[in-house]
Parts: sequence; structure tokens; C-alpha cells
Amino acid sequence: MGSLTKKQKQTLLRIIVTFVLFAALFVCEHTGVFAPLPWWAEIVIFAVPYIIIGYDIVIKAFKNIAHGQVFDENFLMLVATVAAFCIGECSEAVAVMLFYQVGELFQSYAVGKARRSITDLMEIVPEYANVEYDGEIEQVDPDEVEVGDIIVIKPGERIPLDAVITEGETMIDTAALTGESVPRRASVGDEIISGCINGSGTIKAQVTKAFEDSTVTRILELVENAGSKKAKVENFITRFAKVYTPVVTIAALILAVVPSLITGQWGEWIARACTFLVISCPCALVISVPLGFFGGIGAASRCGILVKGGNYLEAVSSITTVVFDKTGTLTKGEFKVNDIRPESGCTKEELLETAALAECYSDHPIAISVREAYGKPISTQRVSEAGETAGHGVSALVDGKRVLLGNLGLMQDNGIDAVGLECAGTVIYAAADGRYLGSIVISDGIKDGSAEAIRSLKASGVKRTVMLTGDRKAEADAVSAELGLDDHFSELLPADKVGIVEKLLGECGKDDRLAFVGDGINDAPVLARADVGIAMGSMGSDAAIEAADIVIMDDDLGKIPVIMRIAAKTMRIVRENIVFALGVKLAVLVLGALGLANMWLAVFADVGVAVIAILNSMRTLSARR
Amino acid sequence: MKKKFKLQDLDCANCAQKMEDAIKKIEGVSDATVNFMMQKMTIDADDDKFDDIMKQVVDTCRKVEPDCVILM
Repeated sequence: MGSLTKKQKQTLLRIIVTFVLFAALFVCEHTGVFAPLPWWAEIVIFAVPYIIIGYDIVIKAFKNIAHGQVFDENFLMLVATVAAFCIGECSEAVAVMLFYQVGELFQSYAVGKARRSITDLMEIVPEYANVEYDGEIEQVDPDEVEVGDIIVIKPGERIPLDAVITEGETMIDTAALTGESVPRRASVGDEIISGCINGSGTIKAQVTKAFEDSTVTRILELVENAGSKKAKVENFITRFAKVYTPVVTIAALILAVVPSLITGQWGEWIARACTFLVISCPCALVISVPLGFFGGIGAASRCGILVKGGNYLEAVSSITTVVFDKTGTLTKGEFKVNDIRPESGCTKEELLETAALAECYSDHPIAISVREAYGKPISTQRVSEAGETAGHGVSALVDGKRVLLGNLGLMQDNGIDAVGLECAGTVIYAAADGRYLGSIVISDGIKDGSAEAIRSLKASGVKRTVMLTGDRKAEADAVSAELGLDDHFSELLPADKVGIVEKLLGECGKDDRLAFVGDGINDAPVLARADVGIAMGSMGSDAAIEAADIVIMDDDLGKIPVIMRIAAKTMRIVRENIVFALGVKLAVLVLGALGLANMWLAVFADVGVAVIAILNSMRTLSARR
Repeated sequence: MKKKFKLQDLDCANCAQKMEDAIKKIEGVSDATVNFMMQKMTIDADDDKFDDIMKQVVDTCRKVEPDCVILM
């Protein structure tokens, strides 16, 4: 227990002293040593350990009464223990105070530990930046670095600000931000994100964002502010806590007075009322419920998932419909040659080579994907007279042959007999010297793990998966079928997506929630409209982080089932705590009223339950990846 | 103006809630949050009276939870 604060150490010392003293007195009491003494002597003797252990509570109680706070737990403890003294149960009074303090200490220790393990997750703040001024390297606070400055990052150092590499090559460990354990290669021209750790090489980089706008600052703010967006359960607990203490206290008062007036047994009924007072603090709930959510949010951020509030975690746990944007979410958002269909008399290799050569001067994404598929160095000497017909295709002289490459229209315009192909993706047709060579199908590849993520979602209770896209129907049908989606809508304009999400929201049951998953580009209104807006692959994208409720730092769809698991676990633990804490308190209240529960049990129902609930809440922190 | 403060020895979640409610009632404070987990307090109040308001905030906190110290 080396990490106790000064205040906690003091309390611990007082507890030990009191415990020894109390044990001695307890033995004396039970062996009859006090029997010959007058009645008041016992009170005086027990008052010594009582004051040692409880003086701060007594002082606080009086201070708070002066400030007009009647239903303060210190005051209630004071009333309960003084009442116990008055009815001659001196050892109980001391014991209650002692165990109350033990519980409080344990509680404060547990909360501190939980707090630390959560803030440890967020130890992504860089402490300094090495800035290069006129060739000299100076270590400064990241705050002071300006956009455009050149920073030097050595191996093992944390990247202090968002920047672009200008010199050097390295592997970057993004685990703290994305939960991804495989380091990412980065070289000149690549963007690097603050909070990641530079792995192997020293790099120089030009700062692109000031510290207050950098990724690391925004993430921290987001997680810190997450506590202010409370889940329904949390709000319920806050409201409940406000009425619980007064109700229990008034019940105690009634219990002390009414039966006593009837039966005349004041001592008995006051003792019962005291047990009520000891249980009157709602701390177990007030601490453990927000702690549970906080832990869940912490566990999520360790997996590279930022959750903007407990309310969203609550909503995620009842998601039944997940709507996906297609490009960049389910698919990679990059074009790739998917199929090569040569005519007879031409091989695949020949077709691809001809196409790659003809496209060698073009920057069009399709041209790039063709060259990538070809994969060999291209000798531009073989190509001449290259030209482009916008929207149709290209033409060039390749090895002396007139090559045409483009859409069906281009072929027909040139009188080439090409067969139109009906399939997913973009089709380009090739011809050389008027002879049709064949077609190449280029499409946006489905992301690795998409299908698995969808299966996993279904397994965790999602009933309906829907895809929205602006692409052609044929393409949408193919992707949807391959992924096993329940439904899809194609050829949509960005504005149509909101309408469809609204329609799907209408089809959801009262307790069902709908999530929209997008990359944050063009779909901010949809992210905002859905019950839960999930943006992904958006490290460094302001718009997405603004609009979404949950941000997945990398572009791994598999994180969606992960966050659903975390949410479900968090909600289960929170509910367990509520049922357990309220159940035990209620049971002890009833037993207390019937005279079956003593002060000891009451102390357990108060601090014991709080500690158990806190320990249970801390389980939310340990989420499986 | 929005400002953040660290809190020390904020041990009781119920008190954090009470502090937040009490601070919100101070004149000139447009919003306040007491974050029990992060042990942080955010106060959004009028610029020109900020120092005065902070004095009241400190007083209020002392009344609600004498142990808790606002680090300024």
C-alpha cells in the first residue's frame, strides 16, 4: 500500500491505534472488569477510542449543520453513535465508527486505484518537444511549438504534435491511440499523429497543428468530458440519491419515536433507528455506477475506441440495427483490378501489360490501379502519342500499335465490337489496332475482416445490417451479397441517406437502438441523426470526431463488436451493483426495523456494500481486446 | 470564460454532485461540472467577475466538503 495519500496514512494509523485500544476494552468489558465501576465510567472509557477514530467526523458534522446540511452522512453517523452511547451500547458505538472509517479508507483507496488505472490509459500526453531552431535543437513545452516548426523525434520518444515527416524513416507504434499492436511504417511525406510512439529511427517533421488542436489534446478532452454525458441509469441514481437519505432519516425518526410512545421501550427502538441512520448514505451507488461507466469508457479507449459519454455506452448495449456507409467503411475506398477478361487470342498478361502501358501517363485512380496490378516497371519508351478523352478513356501508341482503353462508349465510337459486361465495379475495355482485346474489371475491394465483423455483430444481438451507398445497384448487390447483409440501398445522394436512416429508425422498436457507421466524410448529418453515430478510420479528421458519438481510431470494423461487448459488460456490472446495493440495503433496513439486524450488519450494508460495488465496477476496466 | 481546476482529496461522489449543484447556483456562473473521476472542476463564468466568483466557489466547496482543496 505504498501509494496512500497523507490523509489515508493518517486514517490508517488512527484505525490501528483504535483497534488495539478497542480490543483491550472489549476484553475488559466481557470479563467483567468494568462491572464494579459506576455507569458513567464505561462511557468515559469508551469515549477515548471513539474520539481518536471519529473526531474528524464529529467536527465535519457540526460544521455541516452550521452550513445547513442536515442530511449529511457525518451528521447521521454522529447521531447514530451518540444514540448508541446513550442507550449504553458503548462498544457498538466505537465499533461502528471504527468500521465506518475502515470502509471509508478502503473506499478511497479503491477509487484512487481505479482513477489511476484509468488515467494511466490516457498517459498519451507528450511532455516535451525537440524543436530545431536554426540548426540548434531545443527542448520546449509542446504548448510553445508553432505550426510550421521543425521538430526532431528520436527513437522511443512520444510524438508531441501532429506533423508531416520531412526527413527520415521509422516504424510508429500507434497502440496508445488505436489499440493496434503492429507498428506502422512511416517515411517522408507521411502524416504522423501526436500521442504515438516513434519506434526505430530518428525523424524530422514539420508541425501541422498547434498543441491545443492536436489529436492528443482532442482525445483527452473528449474522454475527460465523457463523464458529463450521463447515462439514464446514472441520472436515475443521482435523483434517487437525493431522496434516499432524507427518506431513510425520516423513517429512522419515526421508528425511534412512534413505537416507543406505544410500547415505552425507548432504548430498543432507538437502537433500531440507529441501524437505519448508518445505512442512510447512498454512496455505494453514487460511486460505483459512474465508476462503472468510466471504466467501460477507459477500457474502450484502450482498444482505440473513443466513447463520448456514458449515455452512448448505454445506447450501444441495445443496438439492434447497424447501418453502414459503403465506401471506406465496408470497402477499402481504393480501386483495385478485380478481374481480367481477355478475348481469345490474347492472354491476361498481355491485356494487363497493354493497359498499363497505355495508362502510363495518367493520374486517374483507375490508371493507378491498373499499373499497380501490373506491378512491373513500365518503360515509357515503348509508349508515344498518349492522349486522354475526358470521361471516356485514353489512347496511345504502344509498341507501334494504336491502343484504345476506356468505357464501352469509346469502343463503340471507334467502331470496335466490344461486349458490354454487367457486373460490380467499373469496367474498362481495351483494343489494339482496331482489334478488341478484352476487358478489365476494377472495383473497390472489401476490407479484410468486414465479413467476419458482420457475422460477429449478428452473434452479439444485431438483428438487421443495412448498407447505404451512392454506387450503382449492381455493385451494391455484389458487396451486400458477399458480406451477408440483410438489406442495402444504392444510388443514393448524400441527402437521401438521412431520409433512409430516419425511415429505419421508425422501424426500430422502442428499446432498440440504431447505429450508423461511416468514415465521417460527407456523412456527418447521418452520424448525428442516428442513435449512435460511429465514425471510423478518422484519426486526425476533425469533422468526424465532432459529429460522431463514438470514434474508432483505426479503420477496423472488428472494433464494433468489441465496443458492443464492452457496453454489454458495463451495463451488466452497473445493473448488478444497483440490484446488489439496493437489495442489501433494503434487506438490512427491514431486518433493522424488525430488530433482527444490529449495528454491525448496518455498517456492512453501508461501507461493505460500497467497497464490493466499487471492486465490481473496476471489472469494467479489463475488457478483452 | 471556461476554466479548469484540479481538486485534491475529493473522496465522496455524493459530495461532488452536491458541490456541482451548489456552484451552479452562484450568481454569474453559467455552467459548472465537478468530475469526480478525473478530480477536476470546470467552471464557465463571466469574465470580469471571475476572481470574485472563484472566491465564492472556494467558499461553497469548503462548506460542502471541507476536506477537498481546489488547486489554483
